[in-house]
Formats: sequence, C-alpha cells, structure tokens
Amino acid sequence: MSKSMLKKYLRVTASYAVLILFCIISIYPVSQVLTVSLRPADRLLSTSLEIIPENATLSNYTNLFVKTDFLLWMWNSLLITSCVTLTGVLLAATAGYGFSRYKFIGKKAAMQSMLVTQMFPATMLLLPMYIMLVNLGLINSYLGIMVMYSATALPFCVWQMKGFYDTIPSSLEEAGRIDGCSQFQTFYKIVLPLAAPALVITALFSFMSSWTEYVVAAQILQDTALWTLPIGLKSFESNMSTEWGLYGAASMLVTVPVVVLFLALSRYLVSGLTLGSVKG
Amino acid sequence: MSPSFRQRLFVFFLVTPALIILLGVVVYPFVYNVIISLSNMNLRHIRDWEIVGFRNYVKVFTEPSQPDFYVIFIKTVVWTVVNLFFHVVLGVFLALVLNQKEIRGKGIFRTILVLPWAVPQLIVALTWRGMFNYEYGSINQLLTKAGLPAVEWLRGPTEAFIAAIITNVWLGFPFMMVIALGALQSIPHDLYEAAEIDGASWHHKLRAITIPLIKPVMVPAITLGTIWTFNNLNIIWLVSNAGEPSDNTHILVSFVYKAAFNFYRYGYGAALSMIIFFILLAFSWVFMRRTKATEAVY
Repeated sequence: MSKSMLKKYLRVTASYAVLILFCIISIYPVSQVLTVSLRPADRLLSTSLEIIPENATLSNYTNLFVKTDFLLWMWNSLLITSCVTLTGVLLAATAGYGFSRYKFIGKKAAMQSMLVTQMFPATMLLLPMYIMLVNLGLINSYLGIMVMYSATALPFCVWQMKGFYDTIPSSLEEAGRIDGCSQFQTFYKIVLPLAAPALVITALFSFMSSWTEYVVAAQILQDTALWTLPIGLKSFESNMSTEWGLYGAASMLVTVPVVVLFLALSRYLVSGLTLGSVKG
Repeated sequence: MSPSFRQRLFVFFLVTPALIILLGVVVYPFVYNVIISLSNMNLRHIRDWEIVGFRNYVKVFTEPSQPDFYVIFIKTVVWTVVNLFFHVVLGVFLALVLNQKEIRGKGIFRTILVLPWAVPQLIVALTWRGMFNYEYGSINQLLTKAGLPAVEWLRGPTEAFIAAIITNVWLGFPFMMVIALGALQSIPHDLYEAAEIDGASWHHKLRAITIPLIKPVMVPAITLGTIWTFNNLNIIWLVSNAGEPSDNTHILVSFVYKAAFNFYRYGYGAALSMIIFFILLAFSWVFMRRTKATEAVY
C-alpha cells in the first residue's frame, strides 16, 4: 500500500469513528426515555444501563390512557397546534408573496420589524399579553394561547416564505400572465406549487414550536381541563417523586410523531432554511 | 378597473391580513410592555397602576438583588458564547466529515445526527435532568463505570450551570451542521481540484476555500443562533428547575420570567425585558454590519 493510500484509509476510518461516536451521543438520551417507559413499576429507579430493561412491560402506556388525562391533553394540544399552524402557513404564504414580489409603502419597515421581533425575550410579549388576558378575563382560554403562539411564530414564517419566493424566478409568472392568467391565478397555480417545500418547512416549525411549548402555556392555561401535553408531561415530574414510568411513556408518544415528521422532511431542511430564514 | 389599481388591490389582500394580526398580537403588546415598564404595576397594583418614569430601569441596574443584574448578565454571555462555540465548531466539523466523498450512508448518518434537533426541547430538558440525577442518572453511572467520581450535577451552582450548557450543546449542534452541510454542498468541486493540482494541503484548502465560501451562510445562522441561545428560556429553566440551587442558575430571560411570574413584579419585569431586547438589538446591528451579511435582503 502506498503512503497516500494509507493516509486516505486512516482518514476514512477516523471519519467513520467520529460519525459513529456522535450518532451514539445523539441517540443515547432518546434511548433513555424508551428504557424508562418500558420499565416495570418496581424497577423504575434501577441503575442498570441496558436499553430494553428486564421484564419490559407496556403497563406505563396503558396507565397513561387509563389513569391520567393524557387523551384530553392530546386533544387540547392538537386543537391549539393545528389552528396556529394553519393560520401561520396561510398568512405567511400570502404575505410572504406580497413582500417578495411587490413594492409598497412601509415594506422595508415591516420586514425589519418582523426581524426585530426575533430578538424579543419570551417575557416581552408574554407579560403584557398575560396582563391583557387577565383584564379581559381570557386567561384559561384556547384563544389566549393561540394568540400567543401566533405572535411568536408568524414573523418567522413570513420571513421564511418571503426568502423562498425570492428564489423563484419571476419570468415564470410573466409567462403565466401572457397566457392569460390573472395575478391571483399565477400565484396559486404557478408559484404556490413551486413553494411547496417552503410551505412544508414553515408548517413543520410552526407545528413543532407550539406542540411542545411549555413556559407560555404554564402561565396561560392554569385550568387542568385546558392543559396541553407539555404541561401534563411536566406534571409527572415533581421534586418529591417523579413518575418516571408515566413520564417516559408520555414523552415517547409526544416525541415519536414529531421526530418521524421531522426526519421525513429533513431533506427539505437544507433548502428551506438556507434560502429562507437564514439568507433572508 | 385599471391594471395598476387591480395590482394594488391584490397586494393589499395579500399583505394586510398578516399585518393586521401582527399589529394586534405583536405591536400592541410591545407598546403595552413599554408602558408597563414605566409604571408601578405589580400584583397589588394590577388595575390602579400609575406611570412612575424610569424607576424600574434604574432598579434593574442598581437594586442589590440576589443574584444581581451584572452577575446574571455575565452568566448569560458565558452561556451564549460557550454554547455557540460548541454548536458552530461541532456542527461545521461534522458537516466537513460527512461531506467527504468517500463516506457511505450519508443519509443515515445525517438523519441520526439531526435527531437532537427533532426532539422537543421540553423532553430534552427533562430527560437530561433525569440523566444528571446524582443516584440514578446515567451520566454518573457512566462516570463511575469509567472510574471517575460521581458529580452532584444538580445541587452545585456551577455544576447545574454546566449541566444546562451540556444539554443545550447537545440539542443545538445539528442546526449548525445542517446549515453548514447545505453551504458545503454548494461549493463547486473544481475549486478543490484546482487547489489540489497546486499542491494545497487540507488546512490550506479549509482556510482559502471552505471557510470563506460557507461564511455568507454561516454568519446569519450564527446571528440567529446567538439570539435564540441568549433568549432560550426552556433549557435553563427546566434543567435547573427554575434556577435551582437557590436562584444561582439564571440567565437574563429566566431571571425576568421568575421576576414577572413568580414574584409578580410586572413593572420591573417589563423594564428588564426591554433591556434584554436592546442588548440583542445592539449586538445584531453591530454584528450584521461588521460582516455585511444581509446586504442582499431587501
């Protein structure tokens, strides 16, 4: 073997070693949740390190549905999240297009202020909104939390969509106009289908940010009947005795759909992000 | 209808709904926050508050609270810098490793490495908190197996802070990796081939080709990452369980969250929110201007 071949062989081997090490680091905490969720009740505080525990059982999962309000939390979360995601995507798809293609008074100021909202600390909108909701008697309402989530998600969504529309050449629309489409038709028949990857990514981020949001929900939804999944999940974890089994099972059920969705869409991530939020 | 009027009407319908909603849910609360920050509003004065001027702002800088503003500010800077450093270094490093043409199974590696980003932050934080448990947590078990002493992760102020940083480094590197990978893939191959013909070494190629070419994409990502990390309430709040031990594990956002919602100091909290916001605004303005990153935005 020549010297350069040997060097290349060593480099490739080292690269695989690094990748595998980081894969283990990435998977390990997730595997911990799985382990905890499968442990039988008498072995919850076990110190063993194996992933599928001895006497693995699904009893934590059944307890979750039978003994806790998990289904109610899931319903609340689904309702809130889908409303927020739909509003976000709809408004961002239209406004982003307007910002990308047309000039109008106040456009630059509007774009800049949307970027500036990204610098708001969480309390910046949460505190005034909380006091407003208290004064309006809207604390403990779906509407209150949806408004909060839209406020945080919408500016980012608009930016992302605008950035993506910018990469679609406007010659396509001109061709459409020549063929007799109206402005609206060129938008929704030509541009919108091309923007599908960006729409998907925008929806995903909107969904993920409200599906597992805790600190805002903890202030606004104090009535247990309105609890969302994150608040319910956190309630299993208390200082005195954490219900690790229930926590593990609930975490798996909350995480798996999100992770599957995220990984399935991850090939869009590069284009969606580098073109949208980041470049723009 | 004239074509130009129809176009204006079309733009109006495209943009107005989003702007009205933003006006209602972002601009209005923001203005209200400015008013609260100038008032004496707290739990006892929630309706009968009055404007007291800049008293709350003065209080933020001068009140001898435990811990005080300056200590928390320094902690926030440490938190942000350490996190960003590891996010960028690990992210770019892994992207470079993954982007080599000899590596097989890129898709699988990439999918697994993106996992920490996909897991919800709440679950990341609570799970790592469990893993840092002194007796049962797997971190200490791995340490003792390796012959090292167990660490009281959640009971010492420094240890708890380090625990939160480890958690946040774990969840943050995939974002930078994905961005860097996207940037690397857009670098034309012939640049490297030309450099190889000229006999350039790998660090030469890294310095002369890779870094300058991924910089335009990385700089906005780093700016955004800095803002998100500086303002990341979730991880520090949940890993340290609201600042334990005894409020020693705060960054500015978690401190203001506690002031507002655990101590009901609304005026003070609003003022501190404004100060955090201005710190970030100043940072982004200077950083983006220095690196000229957003030139092509408008």
